[in-house]
Amino acid sequence: MTSADLNIILPELILALFAMGGLMVAVYTGKDRMAGLLTWASAALMAALAGYIGLTGQGENIAFHGMFHDDGFSRFAKVAILLSAAAVLVMSQDYMARRGLLRFEYPVLVVLSAIGMMMMVSAGDLIALYMGLELQSLALYVVASLRRDSARSTEAGLKYFVLGALSSGLLLYGASLVYGYSGTTLFSGIIAAAGDEHASLGLLFGLVFMISGLAFKVSAVPFHMWTPDVYEGSPTPVTAFFATAPKMAAMGLFARLMHDAFGGITGDWGQVIALISALSMFLGAIAAIGQTNIKRLMAYSSIAHMGYALMGLAAGTQFGVQALLIYMAIYITMNVGTFAFILSMEKDGAPVTDIRALNLFAKAEPGRALAMLVLLFSLAGVPPLVGFFGKFYVLRAAYDAGLAWLAIAGVIASVIGAFYYLRIVYYMYFGEEGEGLQANRSPVLWLFLMGSAVAMVVGVVNLFGLEGAAAAAAATLVP
Amino acid sequence: MDNLLSIVTFLPAAAALIMAVFLQGDDVAAQRNAKWLAMTATSATFLVSLFILAQFDPADTGFQLVEERPWLLGLTYKLGVDGISVLFVMLTTFMMPLVIAASWNVEHRVKEYMIAFLLLETLMLGVFMALDLVLFYLFFEAGLIPMFLIIGIWGGKNRIYASFKFFLYTFLGSVLMLVAMVAMFSDAGTTDIAKLMVHRFGSEEFSILGIQIVGGMQTLLFLAFFASFAVKMPMWPVHTWLPDAHVQAPTAGSVVLAAILLKMGGYGFLRFSLPMFPVGADVLAPMVLWMSAIAIVYTSLVALVQEDMKKLIAYSSVAHMGYVTMGIFAANQQGIDGAIFQMLSHGFISGALFLCVGVIYDRMHTREIDAYGGLVNRMPAYALVFMFFTMANVGLPGTSGFVGEFLTLMGIFQVNTWVAAVATSGVILSAAYALWLYRRVVFGDLIKEALRSINDMTRREKWIFAPLIVMTLFLGIYPAAVTDIIGPSVEALVSNYDTAVAEAGASSKVALAQH
Repeated sequence: MTSADLNIILPELILALFAMGGLMVAVYTGKDRMAGLLTWASAALMAALAGYIGLTGQGENIAFHGMFHDDGFSRFAKVAILLSAAAVLVMSQDYMARRGLLRFEYPVLVVLSAIGMMMMVSAGDLIALYMGLELQSLALYVVASLRRDSARSTEAGLKYFVLGALSSGLLLYGASLVYGYSGTTLFSGIIAAAGDEHASLGLLFGLVFMISGLAFKVSAVPFHMWTPDVYEGSPTPVTAFFATAPKMAAMGLFARLMHDAFGGITGDWGQVIALISALSMFLGAIAAIGQTNIKRLMAYSSIAHMGYALMGLAAGTQFGVQALLIYMAIYITMNVGTFAFILSMEKDGAPVTDIRALNLFAKAEPGRALAMLVLLFSLAGVPPLVGFFGKFYVLRAAYDAGLAWLAIAGVIASVIGAFYYLRIVYYMYFGEEGEGLQANRSPVLWLFLMGSAVAMVVGVVNLFGLEGAAAAAAATLVP
Repeated sequence: MDNLLSIVTFLPAAAALIMAVFLQGDDVAAQRNAKWLAMTATSATFLVSLFILAQFDPADTGFQLVEERPWLLGLTYKLGVDGISVLFVMLTTFMMPLVIAASWNVEHRVKEYMIAFLLLETLMLGVFMALDLVLFYLFFEAGLIPMFLIIGIWGGKNRIYASFKFFLYTFLGSVLMLVAMVAMFSDAGTTDIAKLMVHRFGSEEFSILGIQIVGGMQTLLFLAFFASFAVKMPMWPVHTWLPDAHVQAPTAGSVVLAAILLKMGGYGFLRFSLPMFPVGADVLAPMVLWMSAIAIVYTSLVALVQEDMKKLIAYSSVAHMGYVTMGIFAANQQGIDGAIFQMLSHGFISGALFLCVGVIYDRMHTREIDAYGGLVNRMPAYALVFMFFTMANVGLPGTSGFVGEFLTLMGIFQVNTWVAAVATSGVILSAAYALWLYRRVVFGDLIKEALRSINDMTRREKWIFAPLIVMTLFLGIYPAAVTDIIGPSVEALVSNYDTAVAEAGASSKVALAQH
């Protein structure tokens, strides 16, 4: 272990020290009274580190003999992860505090899971991969059941834990097979052992098990069952967190494993992922139609969106990875705004998640309703909003890779999916007079909602330079 | 002015933004401000758009007033007009002030209403000017959002159903076009429409899942675009969203829908389907022609039995769009000239007919034909205006309706006499339903109690109709005003089409000989 290695993992080290230091300080001083301060400090630190990584990171640095890769791809993912985690922390502070949920463990756990995610997207070895994944998951299991006195929340945490353990088992089993048939846990060794043609049967088995485990983490069909329950049961800020940073991390890890370790045999896994992608898009679109709980609805929406993102991965090309990164960045931005809106839905101080309660919300709160309208159309992928460009990139990637059927399936699913987004618009704008909601007037939520909606409109001009950054990131992953 | 087209396109959107940010409150004064701001913006747009017409050189068949800037992913922000699109731009800017004037009685959420219409105008203008595939798609699809809201918020009783049907139907139609655009981008390496028009997409026959695709990739691309434009047009049998949307939309929404939005389908055929996939179009033209002929006869018959005035006019629109598709796919000078002419003329006439319905709907709040009768006794001016547009709709010589129908029929007669014969019977049917509607609503004795106190048109209403009457007569008496502008571009389109089809025919014969 040299100082050069430590230098490469500096952001992770700082975060880890901060998390432990924060824990100690809070335990020995004010406990939950420190929670507000700790939340803001964590968010500030993560935002600062995102800036540091994004602005100063250069070249491809490999630490610990190939266990840890710091390259353009991991930096892109890390910036997205840190920024969205920071945004969610800031958004949740007020909500949690007013409901007595703001414990000091919450920001610490979010920071710890962020470290796990950063590890995931930088993994260059099966062990590193598993370490990052478990650090992330364990922290997430706990925050899911943060509301200890609620049966729903604890149920969500337990469900997530049991199913997550199962998926980790699948992943580990696959990893052991891969190790057995390639003789190494390093991605660089695996890709050499797998060759350029067809992998050996044992390696293929391992690959499929690993894909299953990762599909669980990104909540892709057929490993999606936990998503609606966990989304619904968890406190809303935690749901917002689930819907953003961990998705980016899992997708980043997915892309890294597939290209760094199995990049020579894209033909072997491309079809599997294409199928998962198509199933996710359709299940997400169809199952959401009957939902009235907006958190469940967003869960199915995230399943569908993961399907689109996987379309980029299924292409197996450099452009595919670029499309995936752009899609995920746009998706996270939309979700931060959407959850800022959901967090502000309340009646007499109690949170409301039934979309029927949005009756004529546009009349009471024209600004917020308009912002939500923009976000919903963007989620549905209707031009000219930025969500459309995400779809356009992945469609292009899939078509260029010869997956025209997947592109056609994708657009048809997007029409089905448009229905349930329109249904929310319908309640907000066309509904009948009734007892409406009072929106939470927290300026933080307003800022995130408006910022995200404006970004969806203004981004049409140049996507805020996202394209170039994603292209550079993809080029480091897929030569 | 280098960016005249951008100015015209985004002027209404800028007004909408100003309205959204600076106009507060919902009292009468704020409502009046919103109306006047919208009126000023649309009128200014019309005046500025006159510069486009003034600077346009009909003899030049290429794109004019072109603006180009790089955009994402190798796409370009490129606007321009040619002989085919310039008059649609003018139609849009001409109709919008009338639409705003027709909405003067709206009282419910006026600010949002005006914003929706202003945004819609920007998007419609963008469709007709865009010279980049994705930019076109952007404008084309984005128009669904304000229209969805217009039907859903300010529509009639069954507005929810109609708005969802409108949105999902047209969305489904156009996503296939999106995949085709991705394919074209991939094949040609550019999304510049001018370059794509000279790019020859593959037309070699191949088979998918055992089905032989004659015309190859061109046929598939053609079908994908066709799915979108046929729904938008709308063509039989995918027209069913239109009557619902029309009936439920507020009057101004119906006018925009009939006068401008429907023209996007026909414009799309002329901009994409014929020039870019000539072989595919040639292969499928007989199917399209028969679909048009069926549309004309079938929807005219359906119109005959309608109880609702708006629904009747909606079906009549579908029938008239049948002439348009027929003229386009006759693919000769008269046919396409006639199709464009018919679209412009239908813009004025159907818009005016929906306004006519709006006039009495505002007074009686019903569109049932049976609720009226004998209006001529109380509303002579209205009876005259309604009579004029009914006749124009039927295609009376001297009105613009006649020229379009005649040219398209002449075009199709040279290609397929059977289709021409069937389509011509539609002329008689259209006279039947239009005149019968007129008789039931306007003539007869005034026996309905509720109608005894109905008032004739106000001065505002008369002023709305005046420009439409002038245009309908002007184009009917002097059609060369239009054909001179569109003629050279259409001629170039037809000759390119013929060359491409002949080339493909020659090469497939060579391929057969080699077998």
